[in-house]
Amino acid sequence: MNAPVHHQTLVTPEKPKALAAGQFKVTARDVDVFYGDKHAIRKLSIDIPDRAVSAFIGPSGCGKSTFLRCINRMNDTIPTCRVTGDIKVDKNDIYDPKIDVVQLRAKVGMVFQKPNPFPKSIYENVAYGPRIHGLAASKTELDEIVEKSLRKAGLWEEVKDRLQHPGTGLSGGQQQRLCIARAIAVNPEVILMDEPCSALDPIATARIEELIDELRQNYCIVIVTHSMQQAARVSQLTAFFHLGTLVEYGDTDEMFTAPQEKRTQDYITGRFG
Amino acid sequence: MTEVRNELVRKRYAAERRFRFYGAAALGLTALFLAFLLVDIVSKGLPAFRETSVEVDVTVDAAEVDPANLAGGNYDKMIKEAFRAEFPDVKGRTERKALSALLSSGGADTLRSMVIADPALIGKTVTVPVLLGDDADLFLKGLLTRVKTTAGAMPLHIAQLDGEEGFVLTGDKAGEEAERQLGLAAGDVIRFKGGALRVTGPQNGYLKAEPIFAPDPAITTLAAGQWDVLAFSVPESNRRISDAQVLWLDQLKSEGRIETSFAWRLFEAGDSREPELAGIRGALIGSLLTVLVAISLALPLGIAAAIYLEEFAPKNRWTDLIEVNINNLAAVPSIIFGLLGLAVFLNFFGMPRSAPLVGGLVLALLVLPTIIIASRAALKAVPPSITEAALGVGASKQQAVFQHVLPLALPGIMTGTILGLARAFGETAPLLMIGMVAFIADIPSGFTSAATVLPVQVFLWSDLPEMAFQSRTAAAIIVLLVVLFALNAVAIYLRKRFERRW
Ligand SMILES: Nc1ncnc2c1ncn2[C@@H]1O[C@H](COP(=O)(O)OP(=O)(O)OP(=O)(O)O)[C@@H](O)[C@H]1O
Ligand SMILES: [Mg+2]
Repeated sequence: MNAPVHHQTLVTPEKPKALAAGQFKVTARDVDVFYGDKHAIRKLSIDIPDRAVSAFIGPSGCGKSTFLRCINRMNDTIPTCRVTGDIKVDKNDIYDPKIDVVQLRAKVGMVFQKPNPFPKSIYENVAYGPRIHGLAASKTELDEIVEKSLRKAGLWEEVKDRLQHPGTGLSGGQQQRLCIARAIAVNPEVILMDEPCSALDPIATARIEELIDELRQNYCIVIVTHSMQQAARVSQLTAFFHLGTLVEYGDTDEMFTAPQEKRTQDYITGRFG
Repeated sequence: MTEVRNELVRKRYAAERRFRFYGAAALGLTALFLAFLLVDIVSKGLPAFRETSVEVDVTVDAAEVDPANLAGGNYDKMIKEAFRAEFPDVKGRTERKALSALLSSGGADTLRSMVIADPALIGKTVTVPVLLGDDADLFLKGLLTRVKTTAGAMPLHIAQLDGEEGFVLTGDKAGEEAERQLGLAAGDVIRFKGGALRVTGPQNGYLKAEPIFAPDPAITTLAAGQWDVLAFSVPESNRRISDAQVLWLDQLKSEGRIETSFAWRLFEAGDSREPELAGIRGALIGSLLTVLVAISLALPLGIAAAIYLEEFAPKNRWTDLIEVNINNLAAVPSIIFGLLGLAVFLNFFGMPRSAPLVGGLVLALLVLPTIIIASRAALKAVPPSITEAALGVGASKQQAVFQHVLPLALPGIMTGTILGLARAFGETAPLLMIGMVAFIADIPSGFTSAATVLPVQVFLWSDLPEMAFQSRTAAAIIVLLVVLFALNAVAIYLRKRFERRW
């Protein structure tokens, strides 16, 4: 586990690269990903710190989602997908055959691009994860977890009177927050978000962004986004992907003001992408 | 420019109108065929749902019934004798036979069960509703011939010529005028108190008639209103009921002794050689048992196979091959499955012939591909985002499938299954191969007793020469259709009721 001593420095990290390797939540070394013959990620290495938001940006098809899905082994569901290299969460190799992928996914939660609540009640949506992981010993404990998660996701006030209504009956923004509540209900340490706001209007987006900002106090958050403004608003670190490689990774403010690489500069200023 | 555009728009609208017309025409034609089929079957089958009987006062002869063996009494004889006794004028052997032929042998069963229920009836006279034979029944339903009865409007002279067969009919005028004047045609029956004659037609200038019931020689003139003319739409030689029988039935009817009631027998009896006694209960129960076996095998196997193939099986050449073959299997003619059943279940495993168990096994093989394909389609229709969501919170693949995907796919699976079940219910050909086509009068008592199924019963009856069986056939088809429509209705209901949006 990371020592929480570094929080303060990490919330607005001066230079993330200065951190000792052991203080990163997720570390990847020389990761290659193939879809059949297609080489989607090339020799990617990255260190993602805890209790901070890292944003992945880059043109479409550059491999942001692919890499994100490697971190909780969601790619296992794609039969043609092959991952080589080394990805560690808390210094544990997640592609080790001994690792239990179910435990991993409980630890590394995910929020998808399109809100995908289960077609069940709001309560059931949140309670499902804790239940299958045996996190609650009693009904009251489960109720507490549900309430806590919905509160953290900023949805409690809106749904507390209709917990038994179907989750699919909520608005798009509410559904996405429900999905976030569902993800945090199983006590993850890392939350992966793949374009969580792309299906939402600006007001719902603002709410989610606020939420992400609150959540980073306790979680390691990785968010894929196509919006530079969003990356600038919510993230402390930004990684720029291009054609399956990680071009540049560093402090968000620095990246947007003084990128090291020409390609990053071109992308940020809208010259391609 | 706008000219060209207008022209294009006009053409487009015309094309659309044409297409709509074609569609409507196709639909209309289909509806017409369907309506024709339905009307035909219903009009043929409805009469079979009613049966006619005549009330006969029967004396239960103590000499014919052994109190120790009530079931063994000769009840048929008692009924026939009681019935003949009501027509004392009928003397000749053939006439008496024709008279008895009006009654069904089923009347004996009615009387037998009455006596068994109350042995005190022995020696007493009881009124028994005796079922009429199939021809009498059909006649009374108006299916053999139409009869037009008109009262004689003028005096009729009957004369028996010396040395010649038959009678001469004359009106007030004689000779050639007579036929026209009386309005009589060959085949018409003249009925009057004390006799009945059949008009044979003009001969040597006379209108001649032959006796059905020979009249008293004393009768020579019938006043207007004393006689009736019965005109038939089908001549006697072409119908299964004689003029004499018609007259007897008419008499019984005018005495108010003919009763028509709902034919529960149709649903309570097994097959029989006598159309009026034949019912579909045996076939219906056979169908039920067969489909039960089929579905309790095909449903779990089919769903399990579909889940495995769709969710768990590796996607490789072997699973592709299996998939292609399942699709091929669904297209195999059903009789092939019958041959397979014959070779494997009967000849190799030595299972009993004609048994619902074997029929069910064959039908299970038959509907398995349908169920697998429908279930796979239903599973595939569940969006992958649901699986991803479940996996994302740390559910195992199995949990994701059984707790999220399967419940969402279930309405689709159920619909497919019920349609498969309907197919099994209506299947005939493969069952012929395994001997479910025999004449079986007993109601099947279990999965291994000899049985037939409803569609095969239809097939069997449709082949029989008796006209009454054609009506029964249509009635059995109606029952079959009702069951199939009910199954489809359940499928639609399930789909609508459990359909979920995501
Ligand atoms: N299931 C798959 N099978 C084959 N190729 C895939 C698959 N998923 C992604 N790819 C390919 O891998 C590359 C990276 O895709 P990825 O989805 O990671 O891009 P992305 O950066 O998330 O793009 P976007 O911003 O449009 O979401 C693309 O070229 C894509 O075509
Ligand atoms: Mg993507």
